[in-house]
Amino acid sequence: MVNLTINGLHISVKEGTTILDAARKLNFKVPTLCNHPDLCVAGNCRVCVVEQLSAKTLVASCATPVTENMQILTNSLKVRTARKHIIELLLSEHKADCTKCYKNGFCELQSLANEYSVGDHVYIDLVPIHAHKIDKTSPSITKDDSKCIRCQRCVRTCAELQGVNALTVANKGKEMKISSFFDKPMHEVICTNCGQCINRCPTGALVERNYIEEVWEEILDPNTHVVVQTAPAVRIGLGEALGLNPGQRVTGKMVAALKRLGFNSVLDTDFTADLTIIEEGTELLGRLKRALVDKDPTVKLPMTTSCSPGWIKFIEHAFPEFLDNVSTCKSPQQMFGALAKTYYAQKKGLDPKKVVSVSIMPCTAKKYEADRPEMRSSGFKDVDYVLTTRELARMIKQAGINFDMLEDMKYDSIMGQSTGAAVIFGATGGVMEAALRTVYEIVTGREVPFNGLNIIPVRGMDGVREASILIENCKPEWAFLNGVEVKCVVAHGLANARQVMKNVRDGKAVYHFIEVMACPGGCLGGGGQPIPTNEQIRKKRTEAIYAEDMGMPIRKSHENPEITAIYKDFLGEPNGHKSHELLHTHYTVRRSY
Amino acid sequence: MLEQVNLVKELADKHGRRRDSLIPILQGLMEEKNYLTDEAMVLVAKELDISAADVYGTASFYTFMDTDVRGKYVIRICKTISCSMKGKIDVLHTIEETLKIKVGETTSDKKFSLLETNCIGWCHKAPAMLINDTPYTELTPQKVTEILQEYMKL
Amino acid sequence: MKSSALKRVDLIFESVNVREILDKTLKRKPEEIIQDVLDSGLRGRGGAGFPTGMKWKYTAAEKNAVKYIVCNADEGEPGTFKDRQILDEVPRKVFGGMAIASKAIGAKIGYVYLRGEYKFLVPKLQEEMEIFHAMMKEMKHDFRLELRLGSGAYICGEESALFESIEGKRGEPRNKPPYPTTSGLFGMPTSINNVETLVYTVMICKYGADYFHKLGTTDSRGSKVFSVSGDTPKAGIYELELGMTVERFVEEFGDGDTKAVQVGGASGFCVPRKKFRDTIIGFEGVPTGGSMKLFNSSRSMYNVLHNYLDFFTEESCGQCTPCRVGCQQLLLGVEAVKRGERNSRYLDELVKLAGTMKISSKCGLGQSVGNAFKSIVENFKEEIIY
Repeated sequence: MVNLTINGLHISVKEGTTILDAARKLNFKVPTLCNHPDLCVAGNCRVCVVEQLSAKTLVASCATPVTENMQILTNSLKVRTARKHIIELLLSEHKADCTKCYKNGFCELQSLANEYSVGDHVYIDLVPIHAHKIDKTSPSITKDDSKCIRCQRCVRTCAELQGVNALTVANKGKEMKISSFFDKPMHEVICTNCGQCINRCPTGALVERNYIEEVWEEILDPNTHVVVQTAPAVRIGLGEALGLNPGQRVTGKMVAALKRLGFNSVLDTDFTADLTIIEEGTELLGRLKRALVDKDPTVKLPMTTSCSPGWIKFIEHAFPEFLDNVSTCKSPQQMFGALAKTYYAQKKGLDPKKVVSVSIMPCTAKKYEADRPEMRSSGFKDVDYVLTTRELARMIKQAGINFDMLEDMKYDSIMGQSTGAAVIFGATGGVMEAALRTVYEIVTGREVPFNGLNIIPVRGMDGVREASILIENCKPEWAFLNGVEVKCVVAHGLANARQVMKNVRDGKAVYHFIEVMACPGGCLGGGGQPIPTNEQIRKKRTEAIYAEDMGMPIRKSHENPEITAIYKDFLGEPNGHKSHELLHTHYTVRRSY
Repeated sequence: MLEQVNLVKELADKHGRRRDSLIPILQGLMEEKNYLTDEAMVLVAKELDISAADVYGTASFYTFMDTDVRGKYVIRICKTISCSMKGKIDVLHTIEETLKIKVGETTSDKKFSLLETNCIGWCHKAPAMLINDTPYTELTPQKVTEILQEYMKL
Repeated sequence: MKSSALKRVDLIFESVNVREILDKTLKRKPEEIIQDVLDSGLRGRGGAGFPTGMKWKYTAAEKNAVKYIVCNADEGEPGTFKDRQILDEVPRKVFGGMAIASKAIGAKIGYVYLRGEYKFLVPKLQEEMEIFHAMMKEMKHDFRLELRLGSGAYICGEESALFESIEGKRGEPRNKPPYPTTSGLFGMPTSINNVETLVYTVMICKYGADYFHKLGTTDSRGSKVFSVSGDTPKAGIYELELGMTVERFVEEFGDGDTKAVQVGGASGFCVPRKKFRDTIIGFEGVPTGGSMKLFNSSRSMYNVLHNYLDFFTEESCGQCTPCRVGCQQLLLGVEAVKRGERNSRYLDELVKLAGTMKISSKCGLGQSVGNAFKSIVENFKEEIIY
């Protein structure tokens, strides 16, 4: 233990603790900007400087470990002056058009400027000198260099959590900036649109492309029929964006709010999550059969999931040799979109031209996914607009809805019913668990051998989790699987996914089924979810997801009556002709930068 | 393109494929051509199994690793204090007039690029400049004209 | 006072038999070598002046099997050119110093990081390195050198930025602690020493600690190679005993009209005529890595300051706020004052800002921008404003 004083108060902390953390233990808040609990220490914004008595310079409290008998002042005159200067310097290179900024009210720099009563700008405005550009080329992410304060949280996110490295620090000195490869537009580079950078950007330099006005127009247009689908993780995240605590389940209130906003029909992505399980489970079994029985050398195993559009774009760029391993199933969002303008329109007697399909997603990559040219199998753009959880929260505020006081409401039908297996899609390991619940039962006729259907080994926050399940006493038609130990792996965060794929490529690991979610924690930690995020928050959301599962009357996808109905009335059989037309897709090799 | 692929491979064989091989490899590319192309950086990134953006970010940090098209001879005239005190501006104007380019530009035949640089360590013999790696010192308008004429013959 | 008042020393460029010195020194125990360097009072000649013996002692004390000695030949401070001359004339002595350091700290690999601007020296240094490696083999001393080149980045002279650069990354300074002696190059204990410092260690091993210790003053032992430039009839490289005043220096090197001397380059201090007499060149006064630039009364100190600030806006690595933005603000600020767009009181704001940069920047670059800024603005305020 190390003894020190902070502002005259004694504290004893573990060796290696930073001054910042020691101060927090004593309930002294030291402001930070470049620091983020999910990322490595940078120590470059310098707003966290504190005074160490007897030291010549101030020290960055986030980057400096405590030492014995250290005497720290976090609010001395020296510290206050320096800190104010630093905030003013940041403001001088930041386009402070706060009232017009999308992040107004959510900007960490803005609140620091407020806390330190930075009044008239003392320094010369550097923004006009640098002639920064705003990159709006990506359908998911808008990058505005004039709002960037060079804290590099985004660069560290892209490298450390995602292993993508689409963003880098370029140039030096006054020209130093956050850049893509050769400063190319965001839509031309390996960016997966995951939006994790947005979740950690302290200012408005990285924000989602928002489609709020477009959606209002559609809702308020009397000639359209606007259907909305809500992804699993939205119902456990939305509350946070509206001032509730992390991990609060607000499914019923969310449905009520969407109805009040004026959507014609409030439906559930969870329905197509169940459908995904049937299609993807069938595909997996098909691949296993071709490999084990037909000895077909062209069949690709392991099969990977395909629900996470960040993961899809990542593998297209980084491991194009594995594209045939990716399940051909569209994501639940896109399955929903394709069905909304076909099956749903038919059933409801609507002209599909007039159906507008909107999705509410915890995700920014979904905006890109909806824009893919192959996502038009209904004959129209399958999903017209994708809004993030945050955008929905904003619409709810704009509409003046007192969210907290809403009475729970139920999803509309058809395509509104779902199971516990679908809602766990929102957490890392959820697709794997849902698939195993169904596949195991199809093959053996018995429930998965886990207490209460809860497949604990695939759950949790470890970056890579392996599990295997021994298949025994199969039904006669699946006898070839008797004695097969199905090897699964779950990865979340693309840096972990990269590691798994490298292991597969190098023959270091053999799997049958791989689940990848691009974002840390899975969709609940998605790039469209409320800000801030950290591991504690993601854990709370995870708990909420599994509680939601436990609360569902049906917890296996194949038992969803609406699923049975859609096969009977419309699709025919899993992986059948119609399914392939509407619910499956293909992938594209993309460049490596 | 194939030539470049081979060159990158050759440089990687020579300097290794670790992260700390990156700068020597980029410097090797700079020796062949006075700037780094995006294709070359993508190749290097593949060879070292790092991201292309990372290669770009690293290269762009170093003033001498140009990512803009440069001529065969890159003139870097020192603009730091001693050189500016000792008549750098006249030398610069002479170069600009002789080559008909301004600072930051490259002649249309891609032979010369003219850049300013920070202190190159010849303050006692100011003004000074580098043409590629070779230093020239105690420059005068007349002397620099003669030097350029020699290069023009090459 | 006449020029004889300055004591010329010839240690750095003196022709010596390096092999002989190494034969003797490499047989000694590491702690004996370190003790000699400690006793000599040698402090780093790159500018910061950390006691060399302490650096070696700390590195030697680390238990790691892999350690490095790095020669900092990224001489980039405006007005400094002595390391180029040393590497050009006596490279064997530089490598010899690295061999001594390797013995002292227990390193088997040494890196020489040479600034890209000095690439023309590479053929010569490589040749000399081969000779050196043959010598090491003969002497059965397990030590190899690697030559790495910079590519035009002043900041890479900062030790941790230099490590980053050798490691193949952007040359951005690291957070400290940890210091190089515990976690330096590739995360291993590293002693990083300036070219000139390494040569002095050779000479200390040759002549003994006392010889060196007798030269100079209590705070600034020994001699130092000065790079003299600017308004002087005698621009060039001179090795002089430490401890002289600026006045004596100007008597020797001035052109009779010296109004200011910039000691230590762009990151150093500007000494105006009225302070020549009372200012000692050394760690007790104004320290320098060797850059001595004289300005006569024909020079505008505004132009000097502007030139330095322009330099820093480009050469800051850009990662930390005080340095990246501060440098730009200082430059634009003095321009605005000069043009009359801001009143002279704004200079006071800028001096305060320079003070913040000094105490809150991440590395020595940002911390020292304020030196030149404050000393020029405070001593030549009229020239900056009008």
